Amino acid sequence: MKYESQKIAYAYFLAAMILFVVQVSGGLLAGWIYVAPNTLSEVLPFNVVRMLHTNSLIVWLLLGFFGAAYFLIPEESGREIHSPAIAYYQLAILVLGTLGVVVTYVFDLFQGNFLLGKDGREFLEQPLWVKIGIVVAALMFLYNVSMTVLAGKKTAITNVLLIGLWGIALLFLFAFYNPANLSLDKMYWWYVVHLWVEGVWELVMAAILAYLMLKLTGVDREVVEKWLYVIVGTSLFTGILGTGHHYYWIGAPGYWQWIGSIFSTLEIVPFFLMMVFSFVMVWKGRRDHPNKAALLWSLGTTTLAFFGAGVWGFLHTLHGVNYYTHGTQITAAHGHLAFFGAYVSLNLAIFTYAFPIMRNRDPYNQVLNMASFWLMSGGMAFMTFVLTFAGTIQTHLQRVMGQNYMEVQDQLVLFYYMRFGAGIAVVLGAILFVYAILVPQREAIEPGKRDVLSPAE
Amino acid sequence: MREVMTTSMARNIFYGGSIFFVLIFLGLSVHSHIYIVNTSTASMPLTESVVRGKRIWEEHACVNCHSLHGEGAYFAPEVGNVMTRWGVIDKPKEAFETLKGWMEAQPSRIPGRRQMPGYKLTDEQIRDLSNFLIWADKTDTKGWPPNNAG
Ligand code: HEM
Ligand code: HEM
Ligand SMILES: [Fe+2]
Repeated sequence: MKYESQKIAYAYFLAAMILFVVQVSGGLLAGWIYVAPNTLSEVLPFNVVRMLHTNSLIVWLLLGFFGAAYFLIPEESGREIHSPAIAYYQLAILVLGTLGVVVTYVFDLFQGNFLLGKDGREFLEQPLWVKIGIVVAALMFLYNVSMTVLAGKKTAITNVLLIGLWGIALLFLFAFYNPANLSLDKMYWWYVVHLWVEGVWELVMAAILAYLMLKLTGVDREVVEKWLYVIVGTSLFTGILGTGHHYYWIGAPGYWQWIGSIFSTLEIVPFFLMMVFSFVMVWKGRRDHPNKAALLWSLGTTTLAFFGAGVWGFLHTLHGVNYYTHGTQITAAHGHLAFFGAYVSLNLAIFTYAFPIMRNRDPYNQVLNMASFWLMSGGMAFMTFVLTFAGTIQTHLQRVMGQNYMEVQDQLVLFYYMRFGAGIAVVLGAILFVYAILVPQREAIEPGKRDVLSPAE
Repeated sequence: MREVMTTSMARNIFYGGSIFFVLIFLGLSVHSHIYIVNTSTASMPLTESVVRGKRIWEEHACVNCHSLHGEGAYFAPEVGNVMTRWGVIDKPKEAFETLKGWMEAQPSRIPGRRQMPGYKLTDEQIRDLSNFLIWADKTDTKGWPPNNAG
C-alpha cells in the first residue's frame, strides 16, 4: 500500500461484507417464505423481508463503491485522500442510517410520519431522514474525493469514476420527488433506478474494472484508457434512452415502445465490450500477478454481467415480449443475475484485490476464495435458470391463458424449492468468501511451481 | 484501435454523445410528463382522496408483495387492474365494500397459503385506497395487462 489513506477502504469493505451476509440471508428467508408461506407471517411479513433484502443490497454495493474510490484514488492521483476524518464521519452516517432503516422496517415504527416513517416506493422505502442522511454522506464523499483528484494527477480512471459517482448522487435527488400522479411517480422513479444501474453505475463499474486490469495484467495505461472511454460512451448512448423499456405500460406515450426496444437492445454493447476488454487485457497482459482470485472475480464479473444484464435483459426487453413477461418471475431472474454479475462480483473483485494489500501481506487462501466464486456463481446461475423456467410457465398460464394469479403460483412450487436450494449455496459461498478474506494466516494449498517453457522446447 | 482513434477523441465522443442523448431524453421527458397529466391519466380527476390513497399504499409498503402496473414484487397479484377484475371499476361504492371485505378478511391464516397482513384501516382509509386503485386502473396503459388475471 503506497498511501496511508487507502486504508479507509478497509472499514468500508468490512461494513459492506457484513451487509452482504445480511442481504443474502434475507433473500434466503424470503425464498423460504415462498415455499412455506406461513413462516413468520404475522411477525415479519414478506414485504418487510424483501425490503431488508433489496435495501441492504443497494447500501452495501454503494459502500463498496465508496471504499473502492478511497482505495484507488490515492494511487491514481498520486496523493493522500483530502481528509480521512471526513471519510470516517461519512461512513458513520451511513451505518447509522442503515441501523435506523432496519429498526424502522422491522418494528414498523412511526408509520405514516413523513420524516421518520418508511416511505414505501420500491427500493426507495427509506424514511426521509435517512434519505437526507444519504445525501449529506454523498456530499461529504464527493467533496473529499473531488478535492483529492483536483489537487493531484488526473487520469481517465478517476475522471470516469468521479462522473459516475456525481451522477449517482444527482440522480438520487429524484428520490425526493414523489408526484401524486402515479404514472408520473413511476416515470421519475426510473430516473433513479434505471439510470443508476444501466447508466452511471456502469461508469463506476468500468472505471474500477479498468483499474483492476491495469494492476492485474500490466497492460499499458494508454490502451486501457481508450477502452474505458469507448465502453462508457456506449453505456450512456444506449442506457439513457434505454430507460424507455420501463415506459411501455405505465401511462407514458407509445413512442417509448420503439425507442425503448431499440436503445435497450443496444445496451448489450457496453456489457459485451467490458467482457471482451477484460479477456483481451488478460491475453495481452505481460504481468503474472499473484492474486489469481482477484483475476477470477474480474473475469467473472464481466462474463456474468454480460449474461445477466445483456442476455437476460434482452430476453424480455422488446416491447412485444415484455407485454407478456412484464412483472413476472422472468424479471426476478434477470434482476438477480444482472445485479450479481455486474455489481456484486465487481465489488468482490476489488475486495479480493485490495484486502491483502491493505493488510500488507500475500494474497493467502485464494483456493478458498475461488471456491466461493464457483459456489456463489453456480448458485446464482441455477437460481436464474429456475426462475426463468418458473417465469416462462407463469407467462404462459397467466398472461396467455388468463389463469388466476394464485392458481398459477401453486403450480410453480417445485421451482421455488429449487430457488431455495440455490440460495443455500449462495449464502454458504458468501460466508466462505468473508472467511477467506479475513481469517486465514497461511495458504491452505501450496501452489505448484511453474515451469517456464520456452517455445523451442 | 490505436490507428482509428486516439484517447482524447474517444473522450470527446463520450462527452459530446452523452450530452446529446441527455438532451433528447430531457425533451422526451417533458413531452411524456405533459402527456401523462393531460392524456393518459386524465379520464378521472386526481382527487384528494386518490392522493391520500396513494400515500396509504406507500406507508404500508404494499408494493413489496404486489405489483402495480407490473412493477413491484411478484409475491402477490397485480393490483393495477384489480377493480376491473372485481367488476367494480365504475361502481365506487361497491369497490369500497369489496375492498373492505377483502382487507378485513386478512390474514387468512390458511396453512400453506401466502399470507397478506391484516391492517387496521378506518373506513375512510379504505375508501381512499379503493379510489386510488380505481384511478390507477383507469390509466391508459396501452392495453396492458393482456387479460384480467393481471
Ligand atoms: C447491470 C445492469 C442491470 C441491472 C442491475 C438490472 C436490474 C433490473 C432489476 C432489479 C429489474 C426489476 C425492477 C423492478 O423491480 O421493477 C430490472 C428490470 C428490467 N430490466 Fe434490467 N438490469 C440491468 C440491465 C438491463 C439491460 C442491459 C437490459 C436490456 C437489455 C435490461 C432490461 C430490463 C427490462 C426490460 C426490465 C423490465 C422487466 C419487466 O417488465 O418486468 N436490464 N432490471
Ligand atoms: C440467498 C440467495 C437469494 C435468495 C434466496 C433471494 C430471494 C429473493 C426473493 C424471494 C425476492 C423477492 C422476489 C419477489 O418480489 O417475489 C428477491 C428480490 C430481489 N433480490 Fe434476491 N435473493 C438472493 C440473493 C440475491 C442476490 C445475491 C442479489 C443481488 C445480486 C439479489 C437481488 C435481488 C433484487 C434486485 C431483488 C428485487 C428484484 C426485482 O424487483 O425484480 N438477491 N430475492
Ligand atoms: Fe432498465
